[in-house]
Amino acid sequence: MSEEKVIKIRLHQAEKCFRSARGEEQQALAPVDLEIAAGSFVCLVGPSGCGKTTLLNLVAGFERPTSGKVEIDGCPVTGSDRNHIMIFQDYGLYPWKSVLGNVLFGLRARGISADEANERALVALDMVGLRTAVDKHPHELSGGMKQRVAIARALAVAPDILFMDEPFAALDAFTRIHLQDELLRIWQERRPTVVFVTHDLDEAITLGQRVVLMAPKPGRIQRVLDIPLTYPRERTRDDFAFFRRQLFEEFHLVHQQAADDVEYSI
Amino acid sequence: MKQLRAILAPAATFLLLLGLWQWVAALDVYPEYLFPSPLAVAQGFAELFSSGDLWPYIGISLLRFAAGYFAAALIALPLGLFFGRCAPLWGAVDPLIQVLRPVSPIAWFPLISLWFGIGNLPAIVIIFLAAFYPILLATVAAVRNVPPLYLKVAENFGASRRKVLWDVVVPAAFPQITVGLHIAIGSAWVFLVAGEMLGVRSGLGYLIIDSRNNLRTDLVLVGIVLIGLLGLLIDRLMGMGERWVKRQWGVA
Repeated sequence: MSEEKVIKIRLHQAEKCFRSARGEEQQALAPVDLEIAAGSFVCLVGPSGCGKTTLLNLVAGFERPTSGKVEIDGCPVTGSDRNHIMIFQDYGLYPWKSVLGNVLFGLRARGISADEANERALVALDMVGLRTAVDKHPHELSGGMKQRVAIARALAVAPDILFMDEPFAALDAFTRIHLQDELLRIWQERRPTVVFVTHDLDEAITLGQRVVLMAPKPGRIQRVLDIPLTYPRERTRDDFAFFRRQLFEEFHLVHQQAADDVEYSI
Repeated sequence: MKQLRAILAPAATFLLLLGLWQWVAALDVYPEYLFPSPLAVAQGFAELFSSGDLWPYIGISLLRFAAGYFAAALIALPLGLFFGRCAPLWGAVDPLIQVLRPVSPIAWFPLISLWFGIGNLPAIVIIFLAAFYPILLATVAAVRNVPPLYLKVAENFGASRRKVLWDVVVPAAFPQITVGLHIAIGSAWVFLVAGEMLGVRSGLGYLIIDSRNNLRTDLVLVGIVLIGLLGLLIDRLMGMGERWVKRQWGVA
């Protein structure tokens, strides 16, 4: 099978400015160009203030670019889309609904019949290993389980893009590694396009086919790194370490610049 | 042990109060008809009970209260949902509400009696006014406090406006709304007596006024005690409901 690359997401000179509380215009994201292939797994990584979440919000349709173009499937993004589902760090589960009720929400919002929705919700919960917790409520679940519910809720509607905004940042290291592996398994099974924001370089190398390193002040793309390692990636192997080193050096550079900027500004 | 103390401590307070009351009454500073002893009040209670006047008074009072309170909830809840969802409109209405809210329902009484005459209606309107603002303001605040993330998720999944309202906004705001309903029940109950002091010839408020006119201070106190006890009972029931909601919502 030939690896024909269909462009799923395209940013062309996309820029985002905010007006701060003091009324100053601030560039959260300098004009960026980026293309993301359909079915690929891309990680956006960088220190805080590098515009990675801003970029994600632009592509997910939660915000509009100040200038430039943001396109998905060749069409300009005009708003949030039910086929492009965002997973948040804070899960966004509805505490009054059971696990099943939460997963059903997206399906019912599409007007899918109760029976079919039920079936699809259970399949999705099976995928994240939560079939036995369907009647529990979010407050009875650990952080890792909550995020699985959120992932199941997204998977249930079979989105063609998954946006993930630091989804595992609040979890402990063991749970995080476990969920990374599960996410990869699910991605390989379903093959949605995944855009994954993280500030954890190891997480980015573990997950991404491509890692987009971003830098702050103003938010911009510093470097795009292809990680041609096969999955599952052994976190302790030499080739992993090779990319890790490369990214760390680049990251160090970013940090150095950021630190210098701070000094100059003083 | 702890539960026992939770019952015994308040019981002790009540007994102490009764003792004090009896003692002051025994001092004979006032004649018995001006300052009745607890015993006299108990006898008055028994008198009302055996004459059969008591239950109709309680019944009609509760009925008026329920009518005023539920009418307020029925109007304030949808209005609150609507204004809570529509910030610009609320901005236009809020100042008006803030002007009207501090006006005691009693102040409206001259107009209420002119507009609604005598009978049940004025009392119901007073209770309505007392309950309306707390419910409206609590509902608006609750809707505006719905976490933006909940709405973002709903938007992302393409939920219709109707589904967002009924499946996200209402349940998300519900615990805070029940707090408002609870507060409103307390503040409206306070105005029950006021509402029944003019224009009606039944109910607990009337009992108090009528007894005063007949210099039956023992019955005045029977009315006061009953209003207090019923208020406590309603408040406790509402509190139980509120806790139940919070448990169901997983926010307790």
